[in-house]
Amino acid sequence: MKRSLTALIAGSLLAVSFAVFAGPGAIEGVEKQPVNFSAIAMFMIFVIATLGITKWAAGKTKTTADFYTAGGGITGFQNGLAIAGDYMSAATLLGLTSMVYFKGYDGFIYAVCFFIGWPIILFLMAERLRNLGKFTFADIASYRLDQNRIRTFAAIGSLTVVCFYLIVQMVGAGQLIQLLFGLEYNYAVVVVGLLMMVYVTFGGMTATTWVQIIKACLLLGGGISLMLMTLAQFGWSFENLFTKAIESHKLGEKLMSPGTLMADPISAFSLSLGLLFGTAGLPHIMMRFFTVPNAKEARKSVFYATGFIGLFFLVTMVLGAAAITIVGTNGAFFEGGQVGGKLIGGGNMPVMHLAKAVGGDIFLGFLSAVAFATILAVVSGLALAGASAISHDLYARVIKKGTASSAQEMKVTRIASVGLGLTAILLGIAFKDQNVLFLVALAFGVASSVNFPVLILSMYWKGLTTRGALWGGIAGLVSSVGLVILSPTVWVKILGNKAAIFPYDHPAIVSMTLAFFVTWLLSVTDKSARAAAEAAAFEEQFIRAQTGLGAAGAHAH
Amino acid sequence: MSQESIQAKIRSNPKFAELVGKRTRFAIILSLVVLVPYYTFMFLVSTQPQIFAAKIAEGSVITIGWPIAALIVVAGWVLTGVYVSRANGEFDSITAEVLKEARK
Repeated sequence: MKRSLTALIAGSLLAVSFAVFAGPGAIEGVEKQPVNFSAIAMFMIFVIATLGITKWAAGKTKTTADFYTAGGGITGFQNGLAIAGDYMSAATLLGLTSMVYFKGYDGFIYAVCFFIGWPIILFLMAERLRNLGKFTFADIASYRLDQNRIRTFAAIGSLTVVCFYLIVQMVGAGQLIQLLFGLEYNYAVVVVGLLMMVYVTFGGMTATTWVQIIKACLLLGGGISLMLMTLAQFGWSFENLFTKAIESHKLGEKLMSPGTLMADPISAFSLSLGLLFGTAGLPHIMMRFFTVPNAKEARKSVFYATGFIGLFFLVTMVLGAAAITIVGTNGAFFEGGQVGGKLIGGGNMPVMHLAKAVGGDIFLGFLSAVAFATILAVVSGLALAGASAISHDLYARVIKKGTASSAQEMKVTRIASVGLGLTAILLGIAFKDQNVLFLVALAFGVASSVNFPVLILSMYWKGLTTRGALWGGIAGLVSSVGLVILSPTVWVKILGNKAAIFPYDHPAIVSMTLAFFVTWLLSVTDKSARAAAEAAAFEEQFIRAQTGLGAAGAHAH
Repeated sequence: MSQESIQAKIRSNPKFAELVGKRTRFAIILSLVVLVPYYTFMFLVSTQPQIFAAKIAEGSVITIGWPIAALIVVAGWVLTGVYVSRANGEFDSITAEVLKEARK
């Protein structure tokens, strides 16, 4: 075990350095940038530090509880940072700033939609999740329902979301690293996949959590430093910043008020539903609630997470608005030096150019390293959630019916982590150069229409039965995936049809409603003896949810 | 003592009903305090966008939309603090009492 860990660490370091040296000879494609050595050096420091942590975590990871939940020994503050880390992906930093850069105020509306789920998760879910769950959200969904069918279905729901999200992250990693580090796309994908396997397979939740915490601090620290340096250039005046932005932007005054993004109320409503409840159905986020010792710490973690996420979003708004003037009027950041033309590296780059403009090459290198670290941390969290759905839910509970030994379960977990890492690498390469934005809609669509309904109803509604949960889940899965395929993004832009069959990019308004309706209908009409037993079992679950009586405690070391 | 009898005692303890009632009401009220302004905001943004184009002060270029959106974020966070302070204080002490009395 020790030896294989060292070998894998050495292997991934080798892969990083190999990729570095393979870089310069392989500059093709227009978008690729020169190799950025300061960025690579800083990223290497991050990798070495986190591998050190993984080695330490591996020593502490002995049981399945250690592996899935770090033994329940993470504090509320640490977990809050880790949750914030899970939620603040590289896409959030690049995407939100670029939205403000191009669309002004619309970007802020989008950020609010991404944020608003957090208080609701705290009020309605956090302590119940902690009191009822042990390792995965399927523990809660199947608490008093059929262990085989509901757990299998919940695990499939988790894995579906994990896979969609993994593809988005891997493709993002490849593109970003190609741009920022000047490395070949495929190498970047392989490096991310390999490092992720090392973190998850050996360090489990302990390593994943610490990687996430470090990265969250770097990202927040980097973002805030950049914001301060930027504000200094505008004499610390928002008035000044926005006046210049209006002068520089082709939208002019329109920059400052709602534009076209949310012009259709139904589309806006569907988007906000999907983001609000999809957040509450992301398996890698829910899993974090089991890493704290009790409901008290679970609540605290959401308080801290919400604060960090909110702060980060506000910082990105300032960065986006500042980039309009600093990046948008500087020919050095446009292809061919043409101001207002195509940004070097594409539309997601404003914040990176801003970093270079106000902080120079070293700061750009730092922020690039942070972006790479961010992707790495997020894919690790995803892989861990996927691995636990396979080993805890499918293997230990459904196939082995709870008879698997801790050692057997650990073995399956590790195999699953490696398998997911390889899958992620293959999918990342397969989806190279594809438009993967629709996968975000898919991930949130499935999370809000499959995972969320069964989770919330199992906690709140006595009448929920296995039949209702199963068919409601299937209805949610089929409709959310189906409607995304028929949406403008996929049906028109990717498949090349003339008009979209379903007019909205986010399916939640239909698919979530349908999932709840089918679950309700098939539950209330279920008159079987099993349904009656399931309703009778609600009382015990309710008392545990409310008081924590019998809840899985912290694992003693 | 068996788990069932502890549960029966919890169920029959009026403090448990008090806990559930108080916490449920509090969670629903706070959720509404977050969601009603949020959906009002979303509705107005898509149907009456000109509202948000008003300036925060005479001669300023900043529209009221920016501080309103920032306020939704900050208020959302403050409300999580409000919930946590009451849940980790008052609600947890009632829970502890209920559990203690049930185990007697």
